[in-house]
Amino acid sequence: MSAMPSAPPVLDDDDADMRAYVASEKRRERLSAMLRYTALFAVGLIMLYPLIWLVGASFKTNSEIFTSPGFLPAEPTLDGYVKGWQTSTPYNFGRFFWNTFLIVAPKVIGTVISCTLVAYGFARFDFPGKKLLFSLLIGTLLLPNVVTRIPQYILFRDFGWLDTYLPLWVPSAFAGDAFFVFMVVQFLRALPRDMEEAARVDGANSFQTLIFIVVPMLVPALISVALFQFMWTMNDFLGPLIYISSVEKFPVSLALKLSIDTTEAFEWNRILAMSVATLTPALVVFFLAQKYFIEGISVGGVKG
Amino acid sequence: MARVEIKNLEKVYGNSFKAVHGISLDVDDGEFMVLVGPSGCAKSTTLRMIAGLEAISSGEIRIGDRVVNRLPPGKRGIAMVFQNYALYPHMKVRSNLNFGLRLQRRSKAEIEAATNEVARILEIEPLLDRLPKELSGGQAQRVALGRALIKKPDVFLFDEPLSNLDAKLRASMRVRITDLHKRLKAEGNSSTVVYVTHDQVEAMTMGDRICVMKEGRIMQVADPKTLYERPANLFVAGFIGMPEMNFLEGELIAGPSPKFMVGDQCVELGEAVGARLRPDAPAAATLGVRPQHVRPDTVAPNGFDGVLSTVEFLGHEVVLHVDVGPTRLVSVLPSADYDRLDRGSGRLRLVPDLDALHIFNRETGENVSLPDRH
Repeated sequence: MSAMPSAPPVLDDDDADMRAYVASEKRRERLSAMLRYTALFAVGLIMLYPLIWLVGASFKTNSEIFTSPGFLPAEPTLDGYVKGWQTSTPYNFGRFFWNTFLIVAPKVIGTVISCTLVAYGFARFDFPGKKLLFSLLIGTLLLPNVVTRIPQYILFRDFGWLDTYLPLWVPSAFAGDAFFVFMVVQFLRALPRDMEEAARVDGANSFQTLIFIVVPMLVPALISVALFQFMWTMNDFLGPLIYISSVEKFPVSLALKLSIDTTEAFEWNRILAMSVATLTPALVVFFLAQKYFIEGISVGGVKG
Repeated sequence: MARVEIKNLEKVYGNSFKAVHGISLDVDDGEFMVLVGPSGCAKSTTLRMIAGLEAISSGEIRIGDRVVNRLPPGKRGIAMVFQNYALYPHMKVRSNLNFGLRLQRRSKAEIEAATNEVARILEIEPLLDRLPKELSGGQAQRVALGRALIKKPDVFLFDEPLSNLDAKLRASMRVRITDLHKRLKAEGNSSTVVYVTHDQVEAMTMGDRICVMKEGRIMQVADPKTLYERPANLFVAGFIGMPEMNFLEGELIAGPSPKFMVGDQCVELGEAVGARLRPDAPAAATLGVRPQHVRPDTVAPNGFDGVLSTVEFLGHEVVLHVDVGPTRLVSVLPSADYDRLDRGSGRLRLVPDLDALHIFNRETGENVSLPDRH
């Protein structure tokens, strides 16, 4: 309200009135802002509390977890982390993280490459049967995952892929995740074609156009794809449960369950500590990528 | 060295919409050809077909001595400047300029030299290490121009390159492009240009020849002076010239000294017009005369009587709007003449310059008063 024009100088009374009015407006605004932030803070806290409690509890002793309701440990200890890391198996948690990485890395890379290729084809080229194929692709999006589990299992068993990571990432490396293809196609449709046409006039073939022009403009979308695939794969429990049977090949999602299964008296602090450890990579990756996530979309080469 | 020859070019879209109706056009080597027309006249489509960005439904395009119908854009020996610049957003200006050369795997030294030369010509040397988003519109357009120039193409294609710039910048870029064309030509480089615009000022000032298009057909191809003085039809007459040509619908009374009737007014066209009028000129005709060729008068015997309705003062000249019956005529005259004009009664007689008026067949739109001399 600072830009409020002051009244003509002759009318002194009006001037004073105006100043009082501006002051009261300011007060009201400050009050409403305070109320708004308090409400937002409260709701935010409610939503975050389980997470905060999880982190706090991972530093508690096993007995304290159930005795005190607060999230601050009375006697903070790293016991949960140290013992949890060792696990009750011959392998420590580092091994399981490595196993997860062996699944996540090829899966994310394969997804990004294959989705880009397939989406580029759908978004930029006309070929016979394009509409039908795209409808089929979208159709698989609507298909519940469980209905393909058994046929897939039998297929991979016949390939001799059981108890290997191949069934977990190979389908994704062939653009098996329709959602990601769809996402990239939508992003591509919104991108102006002028730059690609300019590249073709400059002498680039379709593949060069893709690599040198389209992919750099797609980076924000590809980061999103990589991020989602990373988090979903980290969190995937059912896939490894079905295909991986030897403990030495367990990824972290199975390893966490392992510590609940094998000990009779659950060492909750270890489980919680390892849960925090499992969450960390996903959180770190997300916050690192967030910047690109937001700023990337505003890359402008065409005058808007 | 390259001519562009277009023969019976057609474009039919999937939904059987015919955008281009079998046009034929020759662009000479080194010529600056402007395609102009209102939006939807398929001028851009035609250009994109020359570039190879749009498939050809039928017909033939030759660039130099090759039929290029099936060649990809990169192999046609063309370079193109786009309306919204289409700079590669993630590349620095330098890389934008020499992307084409790098694809051709030229030597590093050669690429470097070519980049610097183009940057010098266009005065964009200080911008070489910037990203496109850090450029102003005029700078971006110069980079886009440089990207075309650096390839030394046979033919330059421009797709409304100036329409995103403000009026002042547009005027200066216009001159810059014209100068550049002259310079390329003088240095013996190939400099054939096909330039698409909807702006008749750009067309008139830049083009060696202008091709006026309407709804996928060519209306007339001629140099600017011919287009202005001898428009082939109503459309060209109305499209070229500011303010727009006056049109009066009426009845042509043929004879050695023809007359033109509008309502109850009759104007003697004289023997000179009679001599250039085609014998098949119909009675149902439209008289066309440019505002610059209509002189307001109060006493002259031969003209259209009307009521002065609006006066626009532009400084050096004045635009008069005069209602003649249901039709509004516009006259442009120097300010000094306007001051001398007796306009007390509000009634004016508009006297057309008989040498500069045109008679059009109202049905076909054809100009039937063009002298045969050429």
